Amino acid sequence: MFQLTGAELIMRLLERQGITIIPGIPGGANLPMYDALRSSKIRHVLARHEQGAGFMAQGMARATGRAAVCFGTSGPGATNLITAIADAKLDSIPIVAITGQVPQAMIGTDAFQEIDTYGLTIPITKHNYLVRSAAELLDVIPDAFRVATSGRPGPVVVDVPKDVQNARIELEDFPEPGKADAPPPVRDEEVAHAATMINSARRPVLFIGAGIIASEASEILRTIAGRTSIPVVSTLLGLGAMPDDHPLYLGMLGMHGARSTNMILEESDLLIAAGVRFDDRATGKAAEFCPNAKILHIDIDPSELGKIKQPTLGITGDVGSVLRALAPRLHSTQHSEWLDRVNELRGAHPLAMPGAEDLLQPYGIVRQAAELIPDNAIITTDVGQHQMWTAQAFPFSWPRQWQTSGGLGTMGFGLPAAIGAALAMPDRMAVCFSGDGSLLMNIQELATAAEEDVNVKVILMNNAHLGLVRQQQELFYGRRFHASKFHAEPDFAAIARGFGVAAYDLGESTDPRESMAHALAESGPCLINVPITREENVYPMVPPGAANRDMIEGESYAKQYA
Amino acid sequence: MEHLISVLVENRFGVLAHIAGLFSGRGFNIDSLAVGETEDPTVSRMTIVVKGEDTVVEQILKQLNRQVDVISVADLTDKPYIERELLLVKVATTSKNRSEVLEIADIFRTKIVDVQKDSLTIEAVGGGGKLAALLDLLKSFGIKELARTGRIGLARK
Repeated sequence: MFQLTGAELIMRLLERQGITIIPGIPGGANLPMYDALRSSKIRHVLARHEQGAGFMAQGMARATGRAAVCFGTSGPGATNLITAIADAKLDSIPIVAITGQVPQAMIGTDAFQEIDTYGLTIPITKHNYLVRSAAELLDVIPDAFRVATSGRPGPVVVDVPKDVQNARIELEDFPEPGKADAPPPVRDEEVAHAATMINSARRPVLFIGAGIIASEASEILRTIAGRTSIPVVSTLLGLGAMPDDHPLYLGMLGMHGARSTNMILEESDLLIAAGVRFDDRATGKAAEFCPNAKILHIDIDPSELGKIKQPTLGITGDVGSVLRALAPRLHSTQHSEWLDRVNELRGAHPLAMPGAEDLLQPYGIVRQAAELIPDNAIITTDVGQHQMWTAQAFPFSWPRQWQTSGGLGTMGFGLPAAIGAALAMPDRMAVCFSGDGSLLMNIQELATAAEEDVNVKVILMNNAHLGLVRQQQELFYGRRFHASKFHAEPDFAAIARGFGVAAYDLGESTDPRESMAHALAESGPCLINVPITREENVYPMVPPGAANRDMIEGESYAKQYA
Repeated sequence: MEHLISVLVENRFGVLAHIAGLFSGRGFNIDSLAVGETEDPTVSRMTIVVKGEDTVVEQILKQLNRQVDVISVADLTDKPYIERELLLVKVATTSKNRSEVLEIADIFRTKIVDVQKDSLTIEAVGGGGKLAALLDLLKSFGIKELARTGRIGLARK
């Protein structure tokens, strides 16, 4: 028998879950947990805003595939975490957010820093808990990790009132750490049916997404694509599952994919959708997506099957397990006629990357930086034009190399996620491609980066605009620009230096490539400001709500308004 | 089409908020919702009535199944089932028409649970059709107040 407080018990249980780093911010209602954390083996990283702490946890979870934890206090601590939690929900990232709450006797009294964290987080979590006693922690903490990592991963919130943290509990032993439930068994008849569909298809396409990354199915995907000669398209979150230079890889589909990729999907007769959710940015107008294709949809979450597109065959299962069961049943094929057509379309409508040789233009920044960045570096972005340019142009080659806010599209994601990735993988560099609009949304985390001396490089594409908003106003709102230009233009290099972060401004450099190389070779965090043309647009583009076949290419379309 | 969905849930704090939030968050409409303990006090049964196309109802069933505190989900509409609802209706009456209201109450095998100078309160139990027919007849007298439990159901087998 031994005695612990609820707060000490939480730390022991987290240690037993293998948690070694927790980003967070202390406050009145979680101080008992911080007191217990002080004597724990777990390293605390003090974020400068709870949203930053939440995204650092995401950065750790996305880099490792394991659940990561963040801490916040009650009230504003919890509300500040919400965006990062919602972001994890939409992208299926396993994080466990542990929040302090006012003592139970004060719940419902509008106490200082009281908010209904449980109620607020119901729609943005996979599950959430309000812990009523220290004894409940014995079930709740392991269960939180089980839920976060089982099936389709996602965020979990554990709200712990201060009196529960302070309560003493007697224990004989600790409960077993929570671990993911086994995936559902693969059903032979479904696999046989799927194999028949694939073997008899003449123009099949593999459509892959984050599920491939989450189920670590990248190897088997590459094997299957290679053996069957089936071309592969990826969602934004699936980038890295296939190496960029693979001859069968067609890159990203959808709103900012290559025109040829979307055209190839139009002609496909079988869409093998693996670990994807038919997001509208990928499919365009869903009713007109892949009009000639049967759909084989494999996903761990049964509610995704038929949610947007009714599949010919839907298989609920771990996509890696299903693909492994499928592989031996697939005929080795050449699909030479289909691949000829695919290559013809690729040749006729490739992804244009103007300025790819120029380090002061968007594609050039991404391509040139990619040559200088180590192959094992983790790449994050914020949200906007720079995100799409990076997704289009960076030569991703391995799963978990890429972190971006896909579903929620949160500006401010990139820097704290990169810090989290660098904390989880201290032997690697994390590079955040950002924009001047996005970076300002969590710029305070430069202080955390400096304090922790993490190997994070921020490459800032600075156009003094909310670029993607400006682009939409130009293309779809008759060039009626409003609230998309920043009239005050901060000196980002000076700001970074003010935080104690090294900074370079390529606009002032006589040899930008040399400066970029120098900056990337800095030992700790570093910011690289790159001024870019302000009117640059991301092309091609499917107008929101349009079918993917109706991509606009820019110049010709934009002229209508000029 | 109308569906009667029976959901067994863990009898825990916050379960109702999770289920109600699922419906509002995804834009599904609930026609009625009834919750109560089952033979096992750790388990509650929710009976939810929804109207919608089959694809929408299928999505509702799947979303319910995703909830951590949901034990099982059954669409009763697929197979033989029994359903009941209880309602209390306070009907405006005068000395002249009271007997007429009593006659209707009798035909529908309801109970009179309260009598006031200017009203009668009727307790009626039944499936959806019977209660609708009763209310339709009582409407002409004037319905002062109405309360209903929401429909509950069990599969026959």
